[in-house]
Amino acid sequence: MTTRMNEYVNRDRGMMFIPFITAGDPDNEVTIELALMLQSIGANALELGIPYSDPLADGPVIQSASKRALSHGETLSEAMSLVKTMRQKGLNIPVIIFTYANVLSQFGLEAFFKKAEADEIDGLLIPDLPYEESRALAESCRKRDISLISLVAPTTSERRLRLICRDAQGFIYCVSSLGVTGVRKTFHPDVFSFLKRVRQVSDLPIAVGFGISSSEQVDQLEDYADGFIVGSAIVSEIGQRSNQLSDPLQRPAAINEIRQKLCQCLLAPIS
Amino acid sequence: MVIRQPQLEDKFRTDESGRYGEFGGQYVPETLMHAVLELEKGFKEAISDPSFLQEYHRILQDYSGRPTPVTFCERLSNQLGGARIYLKREDLNHTGAHKINNAVGQALLARRMGKRQIIAETGAGQHGVASATVAAYFGMPCKVFMGAVDVERQALNVFRMKLLGAEVVPVHSGNGTLKDAVNEVLRYWAANSEDTAYIDGSVVGPHPYPMIVRDFQRIIGDEAREQMLQKVGKLPDAAFACVGGGSNAMGLFTAFLKDPVRLFGAEAGGKGVATNDHAATLTKGSVGIVHGMKTFLLQDRNGQITEPYSISAGLDYPGIGPEHAFLSESGRATYEAITDNEAVDALITLSRLEGILPALESAHGLALAMKKAKTMSPEQNVLVCLSGRGDKDVNTILRIMDERNGGKVNDDEDE
Repeated sequence: MTTRMNEYVNRDRGMMFIPFITAGDPDNEVTIELALMLQSIGANALELGIPYSDPLADGPVIQSASKRALSHGETLSEAMSLVKTMRQKGLNIPVIIFTYANVLSQFGLEAFFKKAEADEIDGLLIPDLPYEESRALAESCRKRDISLISLVAPTTSERRLRLICRDAQGFIYCVSSLGVTGVRKTFHPDVFSFLKRVRQVSDLPIAVGFGISSSEQVDQLEDYADGFIVGSAIVSEIGQRSNQLSDPLQRPAAINEIRQKLCQCLLAPIS
Repeated sequence: MVIRQPQLEDKFRTDESGRYGEFGGQYVPETLMHAVLELEKGFKEAISDPSFLQEYHRILQDYSGRPTPVTFCERLSNQLGGARIYLKREDLNHTGAHKINNAVGQALLARRMGKRQIIAETGAGQHGVASATVAAYFGMPCKVFMGAVDVERQALNVFRMKLLGAEVVPVHSGNGTLKDAVNEVLRYWAANSEDTAYIDGSVVGPHPYPMIVRDFQRIIGDEAREQMLQKVGKLPDAAFACVGGGSNAMGLFTAFLKDPVRLFGAEAGGKGVATNDHAATLTKGSVGIVHGMKTFLLQDRNGQITEPYSISAGLDYPGIGPEHAFLSESGRATYEAITDNEAVDALITLSRLEGILPALESAHGLALAMKKAKTMSPEQNVLVCLSGRGDKDVNTILRIMDERNGGKVNDDEDE
C-alpha cells in the first residue's frame, strides 16, 4: 500500500529537502508556523526533534534548541499534538518524530503508536537505537505503517550496512561525517565512496545529513543521493531570532527572514 | 543475620550483546557503533592473552603497590560489638583510590590497539587524575572532559590533572556536570575513535564498558577473597561497597558471586531519599536508557534525566552500572541509601578509632557495614571495600564541621 512517506519521499522526486526543527523551540506556535513555511519552500518531509536532556548524537546548536524547548517543559506528547494542528493548517508532507530512546520508552510504545495514528505521524527516528537494539521496534513500526528511519555512517561495516539496509524503511539516512550533528564546511573524504556503497545495497531513497548548510554542498551530493537533511543550519537561524519569534508581532518578519536565508543559502540552484 | 545461598550464579556473566538480564546493551548512535565493536574485539583478544594480563599485574604491583592489604579494625569492631570488620585497602593504591586499577588496564589496552591519545570523563576528578596519571606513565596525550560546574568545584584536582600533563576540557552543555561530561566524551570519541581511546571510569556506558571496567576492577575482590581465607580462615559473611556508577563494588562483588556471601551496596542518600537531593538510583529511580545503557536512573516522568546530589562528588551520578541493576532485581545483592550525615559520622569514627581517613564515597559503604555489623555476632566477619582515601575531602569535611559545631573538630576543643 502507498503511505504518505512513499508518496512524498521517493527516488523520482529529484534532490529532496528534509529539514529538522526542534519542537517547542522557542515555543509551540512558532514550531507550527515554521513547519508550514518549510513545506512552502519545498520540504519533502519534516523531521520534528523532541527535546532531551542528554542528546548524545547532537552538537551544540541542537543541544541549545533542546534546552530552550525544555525550559518551558516541552514533551513528546505535546510535540506530537502539534502535528495534528499542522495538518489542520495544511501540512501534507510526512512528519518524522526524532526522539532519543529514553523519552520514547517512558512515554510507552503502545501509547506512541496510538497517538501517532491519531496525529498523522509517518516516521520515527531514534538516534541512540542502533540496528542491534531496534529489531523488535522495527517489527512493530512495520505493522503500524510507521517508517523507522535507519542511520548508516562511513564507519559502518559492510556486513552491518547490508543488514541495516535489508530491514530499512522509508529512506536511508546517511551520516556524512563522524561525530555529532552540526554545520561543517567539508565532507568526510570517504563520503562519496560511502554513498556509492549504500546505493549498491539498497533500493530505498538515500538522504544525507549531518553538517549540511550550503547549496554548494547539496550540489556536490546530487549525483550520489536523493535528498539531504538540514538540521543545525536551520536551528541556528531560529536560535538567533528566539526573541523576535516569541513575540507574535515580530514573528512573521522573523519567519520570513529565515525563509529568505534558507532559499538563498541552501535551496538556490548553483549556476 | 541469615545468609542466603545465592542462586543464578552462571547468569552473572555478560552475554554476547552485553546484557545483564534486561539491563545493559549498546544504546549509542550509529557513529559510535564502529568504535564500541572494535573495542569489544580488542578487549576480548587482550584478556585471553596471558602476556597482556601479566603486564597488567606487573604494572599494578610495581607502580601502584598491589596487592593492597586487608586490615582488621579491632577498635571499631569492639566498639560496635557485632561482626568483626575488615577493610580492603584500595586507599593505599597509587593516586589514592581504586580508579587506577581500571585506568592501567584500559591504557594498556589502548596501547595494544594502536591508539595514540587517551580521553576520559571525570566528575570529582578522581578518574580524571587516574587517567592523566596512566597517560603520563605510558607517554600518551590525554584530554579529560569535566563539567564546567565541576571544574569550579574541584579546582585542586583540575590542577593535579594539568600538573600530570593532561588537558582539562570544561563541558558547558546541559548542566555542566558529570552526566554532561559523559555525553561530551562520547561525542568526541564518535568523531575521533580512529586514533583515540576512551577510558570509561566506571561500570557504566554502552557494552563493552561495564564488562571491561568490572574485569579490570575484579582484582579487588580476587585479592580480598584470598586474603580473608588466609587471615581469617573463611570467607566473610557479608561484603560492602559504595555505589555511584559502581566500579569498586563490582570489583569486590564479582569474586564472591558464587559464594555464600551477602553483598551490600551503599547508594548516596544525600539529604535523605524523601527529599529531591540524593543519588539513590536503585532506591528511588526507575528503568530507562542513558549513556548507552539500559539501567535504573533518576528521571522525571517525561524521561528527562534529573540531576543527582551527594556530598560525595564520586557518587553523584544519575544512573548505575547495569550489572548492579541486575544484581538488585535478581536479589543477589542488596542496595541501601546512606545519607550525607551517616557517611560523615562513619568517616569521623574510622579516623578516630583506626587512624584511617576514608574518602567520603568509601564512608558510605563503611556506614552501611557498621549498621549491619551491629546486628551480627562477633563470630561473623564483614569485608568493606575502602575504595579511596579522604585527603581530597578535607575541605568539605571542614565545612560540615563548621556547620555542625562551629568548626570544632573535637567536642572538648577550646574556642
